[in-house]
Amino acid sequence: MQKAMKRYAPLFIMPTFAAFLIGFIIPFFQGIYLSFCQFTTVGNAKFNGITNYVKAFSDSFFSHAFVFTVAFALVSIISINVAAFSLALLLTKGLKGTNIFRTVFFMPNLIGGIVLGYIWQILINCVLSITEKPLLALNTSAGYWGLIVLMCWQQIGYMMIIYIAGLQNVSEDIIEAAKIDGAANWRVLWNVKLPMVMPSITICVFLTLTNSFKLFDQNLALTGGEPNHATEMLALNIYQTFYARAGAQWKGIGQAKAVIFCIIVILISVIQLRSTRSKEVQQ
Amino acid sequence: MKKTKKRTDRVWVIILTVLSLSYVYPIFMILINSLKKGSAITTSGAFTFPASDSFAGLENYVDAVMSKGFLKSLGYSTVITLTSMAAILIFCPMCAWFITRVENRLTKLLYVLFVLSMVVPFQMVMFTLSQTADWLKLNTPWNIWIIYLGFGAGLAVFMFCGFMKSIPLEIEEASLIDGCNPIQTFFQVVVPMLKPTMVSVGILEAMWLWNDYLLPTLVLDIKKYKTIPMLIQYFRGSYGKVEMGPMMACIMLTVIPIIIVYLLGQKHIIKGVAAGAVKG
Repeated sequence: MQKAMKRYAPLFIMPTFAAFLIGFIIPFFQGIYLSFCQFTTVGNAKFNGITNYVKAFSDSFFSHAFVFTVAFALVSIISINVAAFSLALLLTKGLKGTNIFRTVFFMPNLIGGIVLGYIWQILINCVLSITEKPLLALNTSAGYWGLIVLMCWQQIGYMMIIYIAGLQNVSEDIIEAAKIDGAANWRVLWNVKLPMVMPSITICVFLTLTNSFKLFDQNLALTGGEPNHATEMLALNIYQTFYARAGAQWKGIGQAKAVIFCIIVILISVIQLRSTRSKEVQQ
Repeated sequence: MKKTKKRTDRVWVIILTVLSLSYVYPIFMILINSLKKGSAITTSGAFTFPASDSFAGLENYVDAVMSKGFLKSLGYSTVITLTSMAAILIFCPMCAWFITRVENRLTKLLYVLFVLSMVVPFQMVMFTLSQTADWLKLNTPWNIWIIYLGFGAGLAVFMFCGFMKSIPLEIEEASLIDGCNPIQTFFQVVVPMLKPTMVSVGILEAMWLWNDYLLPTLVLDIKKYKTIPMLIQYFRGSYGKVEMGPMMACIMLTVIPIIIVYLLGQKHIIKGVAAGAVKG
C-alpha cells in the first residue's frame, strides 16, 4: 500500500505543504534568523548578534508585560475552569432548560475578540463612570479585572462543553458502585468523577493556558495597553514594538521578543501537558 | 428526600436563569445603544433606554451600511472564510491521509512541524509572514486563502490524523486490491468516513477565520480591503471622534448573523467542538 501511495505523494502532500511552507515554515525560520539582525524589511537585514536579545531583556515594558500576562493567566485559568466545571456538573443533572442554558453559555465564544473587547469596554466604562472611578484608559486595575471578566465570559462556555462531554462519558455503573459503598456526593465527585474526567481537565487547562498567554485581540480592543503600557500583555507588547515605534532597531528587538515569547509558550505547554497527563487514569 | 431534591433543583434553575440573562445582557445593551441618536450616547448612560427624543430608529444602521462600508466588509469576510475553509477541508485530509499511511522520517518530521505550528504564537511569524505575502502578491481577499491554508493546516492535519489512526487499514487495502488507485480510494472510501471530523474541523476553523483580526490587518491593504473585525477596529483607530452610533450598529450587524447561524446549527456546532476537543 505504501508503494502505491508514494507515487501519488506530490498530489496528496503538495498543496498543503506548499501553503504550509509559505504560511509557516519560511516565516518561522526567517523569524528566528531575523531576531539576530537589525532590519526594517526582510531585504535589508544586517547581522548584529545577540544585541536584540540584550535590549529585549532590558526593556522594562517587556518584563512588565510578562508579569502582567502571568498574573492574568493564573487567575483566568483557575476561574474559567472552576466555573466551567461547576456549570457542567449542573447541566448534567437533568435540570429543566438544560439545553437553553448550554446554548446561552456557549454563545459568546462565537463572537470575535475585537467585537467582544468593544462590547465590554462600553459596559465597563459605564459602570466606572457611574461609580465615579477613572475610566479604563486611566485605570490599571479595572483593565486587569476587565480582561479577566471578558475572558471568562468568552471561554467558560467552550470549556463547559468539553467538561460536559467528559462527564457524560463517566459510566453510571462506577458512580452507582461508589454510592453503594457508601460514598457521599462530594466523595463521588472528588474521588470518582474528577479522576475520570482528567483528560478533559488536561485539554481545558491547556486551551485556557495557551489562549490566555497568546491573548491579543481582546487586549487591543478593551484597553489597548493603556494607561501607559500598564495593561499590555506579551503579544500586544511585541506588536507595539514592531509597528508603533520609530527607529531602525525596534523591528529586530520585536522579533527577538517574539522568539522569547514563542519559547515561553512552547515550554509551558509541554510542562503542563506532561504534568496533567500523568494524573490521568487508564480506562 | 425526593422533595428536597426537587426544591434544590428549582433553586438551581432560578440561579442559572439569572446567570443566563446576565450573560446575554452585554449584547442587549449594545442593541439598546445602537438605537440611540449620536448625541444621546454617553459613557455613563449606556444602561438607560432611549427616550422618545433620543430614539434614532435604524438611523445608525443605515449609516453603517450606506457610508461606513459594512456590506463590503461583510462580502470580504465571507469570501475569505469560505475560500479558506474549502481549501482546508479539501487539501488537509489528503495530506493527513498520506502522513498517517506512509510512515517515514519525512512524514514524521512534517507531522511534528504541523503540531508545532499550532502552539507557536502568531507574533512569532507576523512580520516575516506579511512580508512573504506581499512579495508573493498574496494580499487580496481572493488569494489570502493560500496563507490561511498554510497557517490553519496545523489544527486540521492534527485532527484528521487523530481520526485516521483509528480507522482500520484493511478497508483501504481492500479497495486498492480491488483495483482502485489511491485517488479513488481516498475520495470514495476515506472521505465518506471522515465526514463527522470534517464538520468539527470546519466549525473550528470557521470560528477562527471569521473572527481573525491580526492576520488580515497585516496582509491585506487596509485602505482597499477591510474585513469585519478590521472595520470595527478602524472606528477607533481612525483619528478624530469615534462615531459610537454606527460602530454599535456594526457590532450588532456582526453579532446577529453569528447568532442566527449558531441557533440554526447549534447541535452540530456544540457536538463538533466537543468532538474536536476529545481528539485534541
